[in-house]
Amino acid sequence: MSDASLNSTETQAYDAGFADYFALLKPRVMTLVVFTALVGLIAAPVAVHPIVGIAAILFIAVGGGASGALNMWWDADIDAVMKRTAKRPIPSGRITGDEAFAFGMALAGISVVMLALATNFLAAALLAFTIFFYVVIYTMWLKRWTPQNIVIGGAAGAFPPMIGWAAATGSLSIEAVLMFALIFMWTPPHFWALALFTKMDYDNAEVPMLTVTHGRRATRVHILVYTVLLAVLAVGLGFTSIGGPLYLTVAIYLNARFLKGAIDIWRRDEDMAEADRFLTERKFFKASLVYLFAHFGAIAAEAMLASVGWGGW
Amino acid sequence: MSLSRQHEMHKRRFSRNLGLGLVLAAFVALVFGLTVAKVSNEDFALPTGEEAS
Repeated sequence: MSDASLNSTETQAYDAGFADYFALLKPRVMTLVVFTALVGLIAAPVAVHPIVGIAAILFIAVGGGASGALNMWWDADIDAVMKRTAKRPIPSGRITGDEAFAFGMALAGISVVMLALATNFLAAALLAFTIFFYVVIYTMWLKRWTPQNIVIGGAAGAFPPMIGWAAATGSLSIEAVLMFALIFMWTPPHFWALALFTKMDYDNAEVPMLTVTHGRRATRVHILVYTVLLAVLAVGLGFTSIGGPLYLTVAIYLNARFLKGAIDIWRRDEDMAEADRFLTERKFFKASLVYLFAHFGAIAAEAMLASVGWGGW
Repeated sequence: MSLSRQHEMHKRRFSRNLGLGLVLAAFVALVFGLTVAKVSNEDFALPTGEEAS
């Protein structure tokens, strides 16, 4: 090490710690990735060796984390002006953009290669496509260009159960596509509800969220339309081979509640929303998290019950 | 500064280095576990030529 580099290290005020790099992986998003991929793996009609299963989930999670790091690298400028994201490692100065880029690219490569070695090429190709879709199609292109960013970009978050299924079976089927569709249709109402009560943030960052481009009334209508379509899909999934009485019961109950929430949002105007500080929108957003975890939990439960002769139709 | 004395940088980077060390150790263990799982799989078989020799 040269004197110059040693001196520059000594004068550096802060070195990124392990937790800062971990934060680049968007751990909260990763929980969704891990959970839905695991359900895809469990619901698949092929038994997987536990270590292969753990490795598959881990590398899918690392691939998802790599997407998050690359997303933060590209979006550092808009993260800096949004209150919700200003404390992320890059805008807060704990990690440089170049470091995040190198970290993300390395993890993306490792995760895809290791998933191919641990499971099969189809799963690895789907993971590679997911990373590409999230980073290039969504982050670099759609997010700052169209108010449909959430709709199309949501596909990236919908791939994990499909990858889990492919890791187990080496192929795709209607059930895997339906699990993909469930997350795909769930994403817009989930994010639009968030956009309704964080409107100022997206305005400041000049991200063309539906609330900014088409107004809040149109966003409320969109939430209701997508929730109706989502309910049809979610209940319909209950009649496929990965559904069953338990899933159907959970789906009917949750979709009835979710629909009521969407109708409540649709019926409100801005004065009503501001009067109670967007309480209904916040409740709907929180309920959407429970909604997704409960649906996938029920799919996993059906698969586990089926293994002892109880679940499924 | 003597060579044995720990540089301030090492203290500062301890958490990062420890974390990375643990992740690498876990990765090695996982690859080993995967290897065992793959070779003990019923589908796994040596090529016919090697089996004969």
